[in-house]
Amino acid sequence: MASGPSGGTSSPRGVLAVINNPTFRGVIVQLVFVAVLAWFVWDVIDNTARNLQRANIAAGYGFLNRTAGFGIVQTLIDYAETSSYGRAVLVGLLNTLLVAGLGIVVATALGFLVGIARLSRNWLIAKIATAYVEIIRNIPLLLQLFFWYFAVLRAVPGMREKWTFLGVFHLNIAGLHVPRLAFGDGSIFILAAIPVAIAISVFVAHWGKGRLDRTGRKPPVGWISAALIVGLPILVFFIAGRPITFDVPVFNETGPILRRGFQSGTGMTIIPEFVGLVLALSIYTAAYIAEVVRAGIEAVSHGQSEAAASLGLKPGQTLRFVVIPQALRVIIPPLTNQYLNLTKNSSLAVAVAYPDLVSVGGTVLNQTGQAVEMVSIWMLFYLGLSLLTSMVMNYWNRRVALVER
Amino acid sequence: MSTTSSAFVRGSFIESRRPPRTSVGVIGWARANLFSSLPNSILTLVAAAFIVWALTPLVRFTIIDAVWSGEDRAVCAKATGACWAYVKAYLPQFIYGRYPIDQRWRVDIVYALLALALVPMLIPRAPLKRLNAAFLLFAYPLIAFVLLTGGHIGFRGGWLPAWIVAPSPLRFFAEYALVAMVLLLVVGLLARIAGHPVAGSGRAAGIVLGAIGLLLLVVAADFGLEPVETSNWGGLLVTLVVAVTGMVASLPLGVLLALGRRSSMPIIRLASVIFIEVWRGVPLITVLFMASVMLPLFLPDGVTFDKLLRALIGVALFNAAYMAETIRGGLQAIPRGQYEAGMAVGLGYWQRMRLIVLPQALRLVIPGIVGSFISLFKDTTLVSIIGLFDFLGQIQASANDAKWASPVTGVTGYVFAATVFWAFCFAMSRYAAYTERRLNRGRRR
Amino acid sequence: MRRTIVSAVTGITLALAGLSFASAGTLEDVKAKGFVQCGVNPSLIGFGVPDEKGVWSGLDVDFCRAVASAIFGDPTKVKYTPLNAKERFTALQSGEIDLLSRNTTWTMSRDTSLGLMFVGVTYYDGQGFMVRKSLGVSSALELSGAKVCAQTGTTTELNLADYFRSHNMPYEVVAFEKNEEVLQAYEAGRCDAYTTDASGLYAERLKLTNPDDHMILPEIISKEPLGPAVRQGDDKWFNVVKWTLFALLDAEELGITKANVDEKKTSDNPEIKRLLGTEGDFGTGVGLTNDWAYNIIKQVGNYGEIFDANVGPSTKLGIARGLNNLWSKGGIQYAPPIR
Repeated sequence: MASGPSGGTSSPRGVLAVINNPTFRGVIVQLVFVAVLAWFVWDVIDNTARNLQRANIAAGYGFLNRTAGFGIVQTLIDYAETSSYGRAVLVGLLNTLLVAGLGIVVATALGFLVGIARLSRNWLIAKIATAYVEIIRNIPLLLQLFFWYFAVLRAVPGMREKWTFLGVFHLNIAGLHVPRLAFGDGSIFILAAIPVAIAISVFVAHWGKGRLDRTGRKPPVGWISAALIVGLPILVFFIAGRPITFDVPVFNETGPILRRGFQSGTGMTIIPEFVGLVLALSIYTAAYIAEVVRAGIEAVSHGQSEAAASLGLKPGQTLRFVVIPQALRVIIPPLTNQYLNLTKNSSLAVAVAYPDLVSVGGTVLNQTGQAVEMVSIWMLFYLGLSLLTSMVMNYWNRRVALVER
Repeated sequence: MSTTSSAFVRGSFIESRRPPRTSVGVIGWARANLFSSLPNSILTLVAAAFIVWALTPLVRFTIIDAVWSGEDRAVCAKATGACWAYVKAYLPQFIYGRYPIDQRWRVDIVYALLALALVPMLIPRAPLKRLNAAFLLFAYPLIAFVLLTGGHIGFRGGWLPAWIVAPSPLRFFAEYALVAMVLLLVVGLLARIAGHPVAGSGRAAGIVLGAIGLLLLVVAADFGLEPVETSNWGGLLVTLVVAVTGMVASLPLGVLLALGRRSSMPIIRLASVIFIEVWRGVPLITVLFMASVMLPLFLPDGVTFDKLLRALIGVALFNAAYMAETIRGGLQAIPRGQYEAGMAVGLGYWQRMRLIVLPQALRLVIPGIVGSFISLFKDTTLVSIIGLFDFLGQIQASANDAKWASPVTGVTGYVFAATVFWAFCFAMSRYAAYTERRLNRGRRR
Repeated sequence: MRRTIVSAVTGITLALAGLSFASAGTLEDVKAKGFVQCGVNPSLIGFGVPDEKGVWSGLDVDFCRAVASAIFGDPTKVKYTPLNAKERFTALQSGEIDLLSRNTTWTMSRDTSLGLMFVGVTYYDGQGFMVRKSLGVSSALELSGAKVCAQTGTTTELNLADYFRSHNMPYEVVAFEKNEEVLQAYEAGRCDAYTTDASGLYAERLKLTNPDDHMILPEIISKEPLGPAVRQGDDKWFNVVKWTLFALLDAEELGITKANVDEKKTSDNPEIKRLLGTEGDFGTGVGLTNDWAYNIIKQVGNYGEIFDANVGPSTKLGIARGLNNLWSKGGIQYAPPIR
């Protein structure tokens, strides 16, 4: 490397100049880096291939078509022991999305509540909220999960007993039993009525805004929309001849002991693993969301709300039209981060037997020995999810930035 | 001169009256903060009711109904409160795992050294920060490693034919010396040809190679310590080993990744971004599963890693990605002028980073680093899922021990674990808040 | 350069893992490093469990000690790697352990597609159910509609599904990652029944608050031959482990025990002489010394002794020999002759 490929750099000075050239050095460093990386990756792949061959494990995703043969306690789509591994993984994936989705809703509600409570002028409320945040944030999630699952499991009545709330919610160790909606013929009209109602509401909102701009008066758009979205499906429900019925869980108090308790196949059972997981995830994440919300609200300068007050806005209006829109700009990016965290943390389901993607995938991994494939499915799913989220976030950030100008 | 006037002018100030009793003191404070309006009063009462509702069972369980002493599960079988007797009986296991009892002094030394080195590190005014940091980052891990495992690694070397030197530590060090010499020669030659910019690198390489050699010598030396397998480690020991190693390893890695992400070299930048985003995008548990079931497949035949070491690698890489983002925040906060000034005085890239940028950036992100240490500390509990006995795993395992199994044992264990974790994490988060305030004060001035 | 890096990395690893550097053959590696690395169950009473001081005991553990005795004449030259269900096969495939002795069921797919070879059966087991006595159930066939707790990553889940399906009974499985969690959930009442290998049920029952409130149902719903496994493709090591097992069984059949092995050494019975190495050259044939079997019996005992000491009727587990008795005594344990 002492003499360059082309002439004219053979003198020591020339060599020095080339070596000292930052661009040249950058290229060399990167070439070396790529070479080392390529060697490393090749080495890993080579080793893996050889190890798999030695262990007689066929690489590839063909195993997903084989029969799974194990049962899963909660399935959102049809699944039986005779279904394939691929279907089992899909069941797990949907379960992950379900628990993450519900967790996000609960955590957001609780988080906003606690975040606002921390800023309350009521000393006791503020202190309770602070204590909540400081306690929950400093205890590992896994521990909280165990606590909610095992401690609560011991506290609720056994399988042959129940607690009843509001007449329709029944709780025992087998889970929360609620009436299930049974969709008969014609329910499709009711389901169709919902998007129609939403579409009309959007139209109404548009009209309302135009009217506000023209006359300065705001028609009761919120009420109209609410009436539409609730009323229209109900109207259709009666017109279609009440096709939706409630399938109430049946509780057997007599008979052979295994038959006592809630009869399987009646009503809807929300398994305790799901309840425990949602509780733990949302309580944990809510503590972080509360901090995000607090920081967001504190970031809105005091002058803003004072200005709003001097314009004659009521406190509620100040919050709705002035503080929250500005706070949201600060809140939303870290909030999405928390949503992602919650989704990733839902993988702890494996510790409490909730059949999520990681838990079901782990079972598949065990039955088949396809470690590389299974781990790759996990990683792709979570990576895809977080990439998707950050793409949406970037888009949103750009939009906000434009609004700011 | 006595003219009477109907006007009244007070000749002296009247004694200032005490404020109404309802606006000062406890009552005033309560009126202002608790009962300022009707809804507020209702809120206060609801909150008070909530506190009573939440705290009563907790106090009853942990204190009033708790069982404090006893020999086995008989005392807790009927208890409705916590079974502290069980915690007392198992405390040594929670702290040391199954580390041999007569060797536990080694763990004690490791704990004590950590405390001794860490406390002055955390006090801003304590002297010798640099020396202390160097000790914590380099010497301490080495000492802890030797003490905990027993050291005395049987290196055997790899490629010198057996007829020259038989496989032994000697062969390994002979090989090491040979390779080091060749490396030094190459570097020296380059330095000679190229002159100034690489002139010092020969000495630098020598120092690095020498340091590595010394390190290898220390871990290979026989200090007469009985070897203790990592499968016997457990409890707080594993939790701290995972957390501290994860931290110590991820800090330099995080710095490199953060610099890589801000590098002007596109390939390096791309690689850093991919690395960081991939690790941040997946849950730690899948990383740990990968480390426990997939990593062995990546290695050549016959080369294996200890289970704890595999988990450590997973945790360190995972944490490094988060650390990189924290440090990047600090790097971005350094004004451009600092970089430019560095260039203007003729410093090279690494000199600029080492002498100007990083010292400032790292100071700025101390709260962030402590924050990520807290989450790392909490995340160590996940290693129990892959079958290592960390603090939580050890407690869980012991709760099912035939000697102490009772309806309250499990919950007692969880409450105890929660208290300990909370104490650690809360202390750290207070420290982070304290440094944040300190740094902000400095900047405001 | 690559070799240096590799040797440096492996060197550090050595201390933690105790690895076999050159993979010439497992037996040579084991002899060179001076101990057997044995994968065991982390917490199954009677099979593999450490006490408070970290001393391991159990039937599977004793088998590891028997292998160490055969090779080194010293049962303490074993290092144990506790493994959960998920990691056990990777640990063996990757060479982290030399021998997997962790109540693992011998199945065809494990023999053919996981790169393992089972050397034999140390314990004939079958899957069973444990229920609360208060449930009033006396047969697994009455478990229709039951909620069953199980551990994931085992053959248990599959057998369970097969059993309920073939009997047309509805059921729900709650599958946990760790044994502790299964037990905790069962104890809390989340499930009507707890299923695993029958031997495991006896062991786990001891960890319940009131073991007497629970009973193990008589039905055994599957065949679970538990045995040690080694990596495929190393016949020499396979033979050492296999014949260690057979020596344990043959010793019991010939009436040689830990106590009388020294006097039996002078026996005239040719079978005993061949086993104890006073006649023939059988030990060197598998790459060991001729007193290999003598060492096993002297240090660890015969199969019957191991069984009785760890799981037999006089222990807390109280499991009868049953199928695990010798073929000559009504069981199915049978070892090929040494000749």
